[in-house]
Amino acid sequence: MKDNYDVVVVGAGPAGSAAAIAASSAGAKVLLVERGPFPGSKNVYGGVIYPGILERYIPDWQNEVPVERWITRRSTMLLSGDRSVTIDYDDPTWRTGRKNGATAYRADFDRWLASKAQKAGADLVCSTLVKGVTRDAKGRVTGVVTDRDGAEISGVVVAADGVNSLLAKEVGLYPNFKAEDLTLGAKEVYRLSKSRIDSIFSVQSDCGVDIEILGATGAISGGGFLYTNSDTISIGVVLSLADLRNAKLRPEKIIADLRSHPSIEPFFAQSELVEYSAHLIPEAGYRSWPKLSIDGMVVAGDAASTCLATGIWLEGVNMAIGSGFVAGEFAASASKSDRPVNFKSYDRLLKASFVGKNHVRFKNAPHLVMSDSVQRGYPKLATEFLAGLLTVGDPVPKAGLGELLRKARKSSGIGRWQLFQDLIAGWRTFR
Amino acid sequence: MKENKATLFVDPWAATLLGTGAGGMSNRLDLCDFRIASTAHIVVDGEICRECSTQACVWACPAQLFVVRHDGAVVFNYEQCFECGTCYVVCNHEGAISWSYPAGGMGVVFHHG
Ligand SMILES: Cc1cc2nc3c(=O)[nH]c(=O)nc-3n(C[C@H](O)[C@H](O)[C@H](O)COP(=O)(O)OP(=O)(O)OC[C@H]3O[C@@H](n4cnc5c(N)ncnc54)[C@H](O)[C@@H]3O)c2cc1C
Ligand code: SF4
Ligand code: SF4
Repeated sequence: MKDNYDVVVVGAGPAGSAAAIAASSAGAKVLLVERGPFPGSKNVYGGVIYPGILERYIPDWQNEVPVERWITRRSTMLLSGDRSVTIDYDDPTWRTGRKNGATAYRADFDRWLASKAQKAGADLVCSTLVKGVTRDAKGRVTGVVTDRDGAEISGVVVAADGVNSLLAKEVGLYPNFKAEDLTLGAKEVYRLSKSRIDSIFSVQSDCGVDIEILGATGAISGGGFLYTNSDTISIGVVLSLADLRNAKLRPEKIIADLRSHPSIEPFFAQSELVEYSAHLIPEAGYRSWPKLSIDGMVVAGDAASTCLATGIWLEGVNMAIGSGFVAGEFAASASKSDRPVNFKSYDRLLKASFVGKNHVRFKNAPHLVMSDSVQRGYPKLATEFLAGLLTVGDPVPKAGLGELLRKARKSSGIGRWQLFQDLIAGWRTFR
Repeated sequence: MKENKATLFVDPWAATLLGTGAGGMSNRLDLCDFRIASTAHIVVDGEICRECSTQACVWACPAQLFVVRHDGAVVFNYEQCFECGTCYVVCNHEGAISWSYPAGGMGVVFHHG
């Protein structure tokens, strides 16, 4: 069986549905293929989305996105031993003004976004695995082969097939896919009553909290997260695969340890586990970007390693959507062109978009965030310093700030020179 | 599709390691929805694993589907796989794992992903 489309999008995750929306809106005949029984069924994230990027194609996104809660508070928590330090930012205008981030389940969000692609005119087929690409005599990609009776579909291909992208690997765009550039994200979702979540996290109606956690993963570099949904909370860890390979520690044990931290355990009283899941994350940023195109095919989203993971930000979905728009627009115009198309110009377009610009600017951040001092040194330094400042030690007279800092540095193993170097590196990385 | 649950591999050593007791891995996997294909999407060459010094997959697979038996052999069952890719990325032996996705519509379904 053969079928012809202008554009074939592989994967109905955020990148693929965004590509299908953009290509259909540009007048192309689009097929969106998803291997799961429905869009989102295979996908796992933390999950906070920043849907503002949708505005261009979905002007009413603030009323349409299927959210659990709108984030009005973002916290960063540093753990060291049984202690913790939390920095908390509260912003009710993220609910009352233009919306910012929201928690949502991927089964809801991805399904909704794919329905938007259908409304824009794309055909969606689920439960269909793309097995590979078809190529002409010159090696140009001409379409895909699926596992539905081996049906072939021709069209300009957008590979939005996520982190393990079999398509990008098949055509040789991703020769260097390795543990050092990847993290494993593992997550548990616990049911609690909505009113309990409201009171524990002091939020109301559909407002919620996003907590990023550093120092949560012991010897393995990574991080933790805790997000509030309507009547569940999601807790999870992100673990360096290179470290996990040697650590002889199990992912669910690391989550269990995090959950039993004295600052976190009380949240989980009277809760019940409803789902456990895991997924890889391409966390190494711009330095690990693969080649983005080959004649006849462009790559978008996690398949192109567009997830922005810099410690402060874990933004994969909005980056995937942004790159999907660029890919969809490019693929639509390539399919309409009478003259030979230079697919390399997609690489330039993606690098010139906000996705590329963020990645270039913060290209050193993933490395810094995973470093030993950020992972273990500074959480310890911060807690030791505050323990010294806030513990009343009468009749011993109080120490000055300089002495407290020196003591905290000493016990966390961060020398003065290293502190200075890290400050410079931090400034250079994030300025 | 809850009725389509995988039956766990019942090798006694595997069962101990898989933690069939309360709170163990099999309980948490029971919370997930798996539509089990008749053929395995991941195939592991146990002969190569026998020689493996790290057996990293045994630790890293989030669903704990790789289990070392008392005789050193690595047993693997594909039915309750998250399709994440961790195993082939951490494996340091060429050819030990041939990895792919299950057929369209089959495999894991997450509802709170
Ligand atoms: C634990 C964890 C926490 C995270 N937290 C956040 C967060 O809080 N906020 C955030 O913005 N990002 C987060 N991310 C990152 C985010 O999930 C990804 O960056 C984002 O999902 C990428 O979207 P995508 O469309 O490129 O890929 P995916 O979402 O992976 O979608 C790819 C799609 O392609 C389909 N597919 C794959 N191969 C084929 C094939 N051969 N044929 C047909 N279909 C195929 C898949 O089924 C899937 O639907 C997190 C990730 C993890 C793992
Ligand atoms: S699958 Fe790879 S890592 Fe696991 S035991 Fe076999 S050879 Fe070792
Ligand atoms: S793909 Fe993931 S869940 Fe499946 S066997 Fe490999 S590591 Fe385990």
